[in-house]
Amino acid sequence: MSAEKKRFEVVGQPRRRVDGRGKTTGQARFADDLSLPRMAHCKLLRSPHPHAVIESIDCSRAREYPGVHLVLTGKDFPVPFGIMPVSLDEYALAPERVRHVGDPLAAVIAKDEVTALEAIELIDVRYRKLQTISDPAEALARPEPRIHDYGEQGNIHRNQSYEFGDVEEALARSDYVFEDTFFYQGNTHLPMEQQASLASIEGDGKLLLQTSTQNPHYLHRQLARVLQVPASQVRVIATQNGGGFGGKCDPANHEMVVSKAAMILGRPVKICLTREEVFYQHRGRHPVLMKFRTGVSKDGKLTGMHLQTLLDGGGYGSHGPASTFYTGVLTPVTYELPRFKFEACRVFTNKPPCGPKRGHGTPQPRFGQEVQLDKIAEKLGIDPAELRLGIVTKENALTANWLKVGSTGLAECIRQVVERSGWKEKHRKLPEGRGVGLAASTYMCGAGVSIYWNKMPHSGVQLLLDRSGQVTVLCGATEIGQGSDDVLAAIVAEVLGIGTAEVRVLTGDTGLTPVDLGSYSSRVTVMMGNAALQAATRLREQIAAAAAEKLETLPERVILSRGKVFAAENAAKTMSFIEAVTAAETKFGTLGAVGSYAPPKAPGKYKGAGVGPSPAYSFTACVVEAEVDPKTGWITVPKIWVAHDIGRSINPVHVRGQVIGGVYMGLGEALMEEQAFRRLPEKLSSALVHKIPSMLEYKSLTALDMPEVDVAIVEYPDPNCPFGAKEAGQGPLLPVMPAVANAIYDAVGVRIDEVPITPDKVLAALEKKAKGETPRVGPESFPAVPYPAPTFVLPPWEGGDGDELKGPDGKPVRRTQKEVAAA
Amino acid sequence: MNAPAPKNVHLVLRVNGEPQEVSFASYKTLLEVLREEMNLTGTKHGCELGECGACAVLVDGAPVLSCLALALECEGREIETVEGLASGTKLHPLQAAFADCGGSQCGYCTSGMLMTAKALLEREPNPSRERIKEAISGNICRCTGYNQIVEAIEQAAAEIRNSK
Repeated sequence: MSAEKKRFEVVGQPRRRVDGRGKTTGQARFADDLSLPRMAHCKLLRSPHPHAVIESIDCSRAREYPGVHLVLTGKDFPVPFGIMPVSLDEYALAPERVRHVGDPLAAVIAKDEVTALEAIELIDVRYRKLQTISDPAEALARPEPRIHDYGEQGNIHRNQSYEFGDVEEALARSDYVFEDTFFYQGNTHLPMEQQASLASIEGDGKLLLQTSTQNPHYLHRQLARVLQVPASQVRVIATQNGGGFGGKCDPANHEMVVSKAAMILGRPVKICLTREEVFYQHRGRHPVLMKFRTGVSKDGKLTGMHLQTLLDGGGYGSHGPASTFYTGVLTPVTYELPRFKFEACRVFTNKPPCGPKRGHGTPQPRFGQEVQLDKIAEKLGIDPAELRLGIVTKENALTANWLKVGSTGLAECIRQVVERSGWKEKHRKLPEGRGVGLAASTYMCGAGVSIYWNKMPHSGVQLLLDRSGQVTVLCGATEIGQGSDDVLAAIVAEVLGIGTAEVRVLTGDTGLTPVDLGSYSSRVTVMMGNAALQAATRLREQIAAAAAEKLETLPERVILSRGKVFAAENAAKTMSFIEAVTAAETKFGTLGAVGSYAPPKAPGKYKGAGVGPSPAYSFTACVVEAEVDPKTGWITVPKIWVAHDIGRSINPVHVRGQVIGGVYMGLGEALMEEQAFRRLPEKLSSALVHKIPSMLEYKSLTALDMPEVDVAIVEYPDPNCPFGAKEAGQGPLLPVMPAVANAIYDAVGVRIDEVPITPDKVLAALEKKAKGETPRVGPESFPAVPYPAPTFVLPPWEGGDGDELKGPDGKPVRRTQKEVAAA
Repeated sequence: MNAPAPKNVHLVLRVNGEPQEVSFASYKTLLEVLREEMNLTGTKHGCELGECGACAVLVDGAPVLSCLALALECEGREIETVEGLASGTKLHPLQAAFADCGGSQCGYCTSGMLMTAKALLEREPNPSRERIKEAISGNICRCTGYNQIVEAIEQAAAEIRNSK
């Protein structure tokens, strides 16, 4: 950009978000707020069994029930779908097999919800129950019956192994090797809005689906596939999302069902899931068992790590292949790790499918590594903050697994939370029952590759501008509450020298807006933002060229600022923004510009190197203070300090909001949130059911439980990001759980190596401590998982080229640094 | 099929100060009648079981979970919803503060929060932070972590006090 303004006028300024007014007046329209003339209502029949063959479905009584318009079953949906091309394992309605309690197998569309519910009861299904696979141990032990007939083998969905340098050699020459197992329980997003969808046929004869989705583009593709119609005949509008957190990323059964029903009936069809159904839709945090073997030198440097993970995937693939990678691939980004071996396995079980939840796969290993580092620091007699400061990754470094770190403010984040929390005066110094814990983390700012393979942009933005002075920006990005509409408006406004109030934002509509891949993987600010920056810069050039003629100056000397357009050398040579736009429209004709963005190519070349690369990484550090009542095990968290390297804040009010919101969700996961299951009594079928599918029983923090969060916004702008801005939506959650665990250890000297950390676990550990046993609660062992032979890749500093090593026969081989040097 | 006999009750509800005739099945909750019969969709639902607070409205000035209240029982009472908060185009101080302080992210819990906070400030114009947290402890928010909601209510309380 020419004639740079000295200071940002919009970016970095606290302001009311563009959608703030509509959300406080009740005008923001969520999917269930919509209604259309002649609208019918849909309800789904869901399986009461965790695993069964559908022998027959008789819908005749339901079809005849007064007020019923249509009954659909699996026969109506011959084409499977899934968010990932390698896991197209779902049907809108299960045709032959149900795989978890809550799996939908039939749908009734009726004049109202009550009638649909009554008719659902009239569908007769004959099930043949199959062996339930309830957890990963059982999934490994019982290859039969297979929950799916694809995957690695038996009930193993994904199984992988990577080794970056000879880890055993590194561990053998380490001063210490720490071996720890951890368990991270699954939990769910619990968005306040229950998913809802309204399908209709528009006046032009095309299908319109208005739905609570984070990813209208991927949904659009999958809808066209399942309905077997050209995508050009389908329009998806992502309505306002009442919270997403990853739970509205997958294309969902109910979206397919109402779309098909609207096409058959020629009238609008709506569904709104009940809260119980939202728990069955799930796609939440995978339960993960982890084993860390970490080599350390006496001075507190990491020498190598062997990480093994085992994920409980539930009944379908969902984002599982990516989730499996994410339980390891970002581990070397936070701290310098010369060698890294990562083995991961995801199994199918007969529970609601797990998928992406805020942090996607990363909170689990983050918990393990940060708690283990606390143990390491104690053993080495090094302050946990100092230990971390000694090993943080450096700016522009490559990691052992070939990820490129861009800007990093992690050291500054650690220093900030240490200073602000009074860490040095508190750690190991507070009275018994009170303690502080510290942890740090990294997160990506957008996945480097799309979910389906293509070389097209990840985000596109179109800008329209006319003599009215109104700027309209269109982008497929999806507002899920995180403030993406405001980021979009702010970037455009900054470039054009106007305020966000002058920008009209239209997003998340596949019928109008350029493709953006969606609100996931913390990609929106960076990818949409870069596309918006490009489009706005192009438009700015036209305005500057036209204004330069009027102002009798050079285009590169034209400044756009605060609604004025003027010459840099003489502020008296000025015109209003509208006058400048009018001049541009006169000179160039109708004005408009597009911009697009695709992430840079990643340095890794090995198969699998596509998961983990990102244009930039955000960094977070956190100190938690905790009080533990030794009589009850009750944990109180009076205060949390967090510092987050956002690169640059586009709107600091909402950066802070994202940070506190992430801390809140992390604290809930640390202390109480739990997607737990139980067996029904034998007389009631022994089915494996969700223990607590309600908001009352699924415990989450209330305003009374939530501590004050002190937020330090740290800004290390990244050159790959718009104005240097990185992500804040997911990263700040990550260090909270381990910081809580470490604070509890500081308070009462017990290690709870699993989350949630509930009072009963603390009491059990305290009892062990009183008896002189190891004061720890956590997994005792890690099962024998048949991981494959590793793909072996040399780290950058050992002479690797980013590709895997292969023998003359093309098969993977494993070589030490010495052997490579000799060869 | 014979035409079914009408089962609806027919009465006048006073919502946001305006009397309105409505007709609905007697078992309908206030939430359902507001949203489905009166098209006042600003009031949300997150569970329809009285667990989340998203559907809170004021009935005679007190916060009520509209998913648990029968609309029938609200005849002759003053019902206030989020749609009635602003004066003309001017936002209520609570609305302005929520928008300015980051008190609303996805916006789904916002209506219930605003109504609950309004009831609090009418009872206690200068509540302590603890009192604010107690008042909204039945309203679940999954986005904000509550800090900025509490700050917004404090800011609005000060604004209302100063304007008097």
